[in-house]
Amino acid sequence: VIDRRLFLKSSGVAMAGLGFAPAFLRRALAAGTGSRGRVLVTIFQRGAVDGLSMVPPYAEGRYFELRPSLAIPRPGAADGALKLDDTFALHPALGALKPMYDAGALAVVQAVGSPDKSRSHFDAQDFLESGTPGVKTTRDGWQNRLLQASPGDRCAFRGVALQPTLPRSLAGPAPALALERLGSFRLKDAGAADRLAAGRDAELGGSAGEAAAAVRFLAEVKPDRFPPEHGAVYPGSPLGQRLKQIAQLIRADVGLEVAATDCGGWDTHAAQGAGKGQLAGRLQDFGDAIGAFAQDLGERLADVCLVTLTEFGRTVRENGSRGTDHGHGSAMLVLGGGVRGGRVVTRWKGLADAELFEGRDLPVTTDHRDVLGEALIAHLGVSDVASVFPGYQGEPRGVFAPAVSPSR
Amino acid sequence: VRRVARSSAALATVTLLAACTAGAPSLRLPRTAWSPQKQAAHLLNRLAYGPSPGDVESVVRQGAGAWIARQLEPAQIDDAAVDAKLARYKSLSMAIPELQKAYPRPMEGAAPDPERLPRQIERELVSAKLIRAVESRRQLQEVLADFWFNHFNVSAEKGVDRWMVGAYEREAIRPHLFGRFRDLLGATAAHPAMLFYLDNWTSAGEGLGARKAGLNENYARELLELHTLGVDGGYTQEDVREVARCFTGWSLERPRESARFLFRQRAHDRGRKVVLGTEIAAGGGREDGDKVLDLLARHPSTARFVARKLCVKLVSDDPPAALVERVAGVFLQTGGDLTAVYRAIVTSAEFWSDAAYAAKLKTPLELVASTLRAAGAGVEAGPYLQQALTGMGQPLYHCQPPTGYAESGEAWLGAGALVPRLNFLTEVARRQVPGVRFPEGTSVLADIRAAEFQKQ
Repeated sequence: VIDRRLFLKSSGVAMAGLGFAPAFLRRALAAGTGSRGRVLVTIFQRGAVDGLSMVPPYAEGRYFELRPSLAIPRPGAADGALKLDDTFALHPALGALKPMYDAGALAVVQAVGSPDKSRSHFDAQDFLESGTPGVKTTRDGWQNRLLQASPGDRCAFRGVALQPTLPRSLAGPAPALALERLGSFRLKDAGAADRLAAGRDAELGGSAGEAAAAVRFLAEVKPDRFPPEHGAVYPGSPLGQRLKQIAQLIRADVGLEVAATDCGGWDTHAAQGAGKGQLAGRLQDFGDAIGAFAQDLGERLADVCLVTLTEFGRTVRENGSRGTDHGHGSAMLVLGGGVRGGRVVTRWKGLADAELFEGRDLPVTTDHRDVLGEALIAHLGVSDVASVFPGYQGEPRGVFAPAVSPSR
Repeated sequence: VRRVARSSAALATVTLLAACTAGAPSLRLPRTAWSPQKQAAHLLNRLAYGPSPGDVESVVRQGAGAWIARQLEPAQIDDAAVDAKLARYKSLSMAIPELQKAYPRPMEGAAPDPERLPRQIERELVSAKLIRAVESRRQLQEVLADFWFNHFNVSAEKGVDRWMVGAYEREAIRPHLFGRFRDLLGATAAHPAMLFYLDNWTSAGEGLGARKAGLNENYARELLELHTLGVDGGYTQEDVREVARCFTGWSLERPRESARFLFRQRAHDRGRKVVLGTEIAAGGGREDGDKVLDLLARHPSTARFVARKLCVKLVSDDPPAALVERVAGVFLQTGGDLTAVYRAIVTSAEFWSDAAYAAKLKTPLELVASTLRAAGAGVEAGPYLQQALTGMGQPLYHCQPPTGYAESGEAWLGAGALVPRLNFLTEVARRQVPGVRFPEGTSVLADIRAAEFQKQ
């Protein structure tokens, strides 16, 4: 641990004057590591983000016709989008992510979503988190099954959600923790959890035992010893602070395998805005937080894969309130180790009425699980994806380079 | 098992009986092998925020049936002490336009009077909610006010709703807690807080309204999914559109300065609509929305959805299907008489079954309120408690998604979530909770430390 910390510190010093250089990132990704634990980080954009604003298809004339007040201006225009390829661009508020795309560390997936048709936030989130679209009886979440699939030890920090309560995706038989602040994850009465653990209630006792162990472990590890490096500055927002702490857990080598967090404010039915405005403000925070996370981790990003998720996209036409209603396909970002980035991965059909789902939504042409499944195989070395996504027939989309890591 | 089956059959007809004491009415309850103390504790944990010192004895003395009957008529319960305490909060009784005027958005550069900042509204609102939960003698009313606010959730997170959530609770939710579901539904539908929260105020018929804009589906969808039929209640995307068309024109006057309901005739789609197979004829106005609410309020899916949610709240996380069906039947037979629905639940054998006893993990609000009640404490100010609730994942009036907070206990379980819960209990045991006044000499240390206290 000490060796690597010294190394990181010295590389941090070397990088300090250069800021966040794409070349540095390329080197980091090429170097790989292998010996250190791999981590999958997910950010859930709860509320259904408008993928057509996150990754606007600026080459489509229909995009501007259907969204007179919401279309993100073309690259080069005032508040214009940032060109990714000949069809797609990135929302201007996501500028912090552009260098990563250019460096090949970030891939963008467009028209991605669930095969289920639901436009209910609750159901669509539930299906995405259970990993079994259309099936309401699944008890555990896909991230918990990922923890179940590898024996690991009983360390409570294998699966962590940086938020007050455990998300559906991490709930299940494998121990997983939810906490908002590492610094205040302490018991004011050290014996309180032990007393509960010794009680008759098995379920509560189990949770209490895990809580007590986690509190003790955290007090020993002291992850707040690891301030952000490489000049990374996180936004003061909840998402910024949560990603900052995930980076601390990664660098403290607590045995983290799966980290999840949420951010909200995406349900833009009214006054959504375009290059500036409500959604732009949310995306600014989102992009800046992810940008800081990547910069902070530096070389360590090679061990980490960060994926963003949302329950569905929004209507292609703007609605009567300069907003968008519930739709289908949206966008995902995939960043980090093993990602074949610098590409927009999509099966794009255009925005002609005949191509829209039910005449109104961007159709889902890539299953969320195609991307997640590939991350499991290529990044985490999971051999049996069906144990995490039961009933799912995998269809890798080439978001990742073929797996080279030792399988777990 | 046989005894439970027989008593549940006997309960199919619920009767109000005159109790022998003091002429007060009483509910006939199913027979149970539980001690009177256990019955009282169960009641107080489900229809109240837990027992305060002396409460169990008091319920035993009156009889459980008489206690319930009294709680079902809160206006008859003297609550002067709490009323006096709440009188100090000026914002609590103000209408929305008054609130917007008295607590304006701070101007840039000006040094604002802290007492006139919008956050003062929330301080008072949160304090009032906690004072009521902990100290009101109308405990069932408080449990239900929380339930129905959460069912018809609006959030202070959304723009001008910051000025509206308290008025919403007072004007749309509280007057109908023991009335008809249709009235509750109608009051929420037309309230500025809901019209703003789910954007209906901006919805217009295609090509109509000030901007010739079009529909906004947000309210229509959540009305069907969350307020009435439930997600599996049998509606389609086409129904969502048709319902949205019916509500076009249900709007707001000056939402940012002095918000009031306003029906905008020119934004209303006057065409023919078909909702759930029922025709709503062309040429209608505001009443198109009312007709939709009529249709939804008497729909069997609504009865089942509301019955199940109340059973989850009051009985167990996975309530028996037979109970839900019976309660839904009462909902339909009585035209959505909520008091009859509550009565059907609390007089059911399932409510009084071993499977229901201490079966639910307390939500953060239930934990905080029940701990303070157990300690015999009084709430002087809410902000610190709100901070504690935020740490546990349930900031009051700040649930952003329209789903509201989970009513199941299961959702609140987990190792991480337990740490802030246990820390709050430690603070209470040490009598160190800002904004809370503890009585002299009582100690609840042993009680609240027990694992059982996490449950109800």
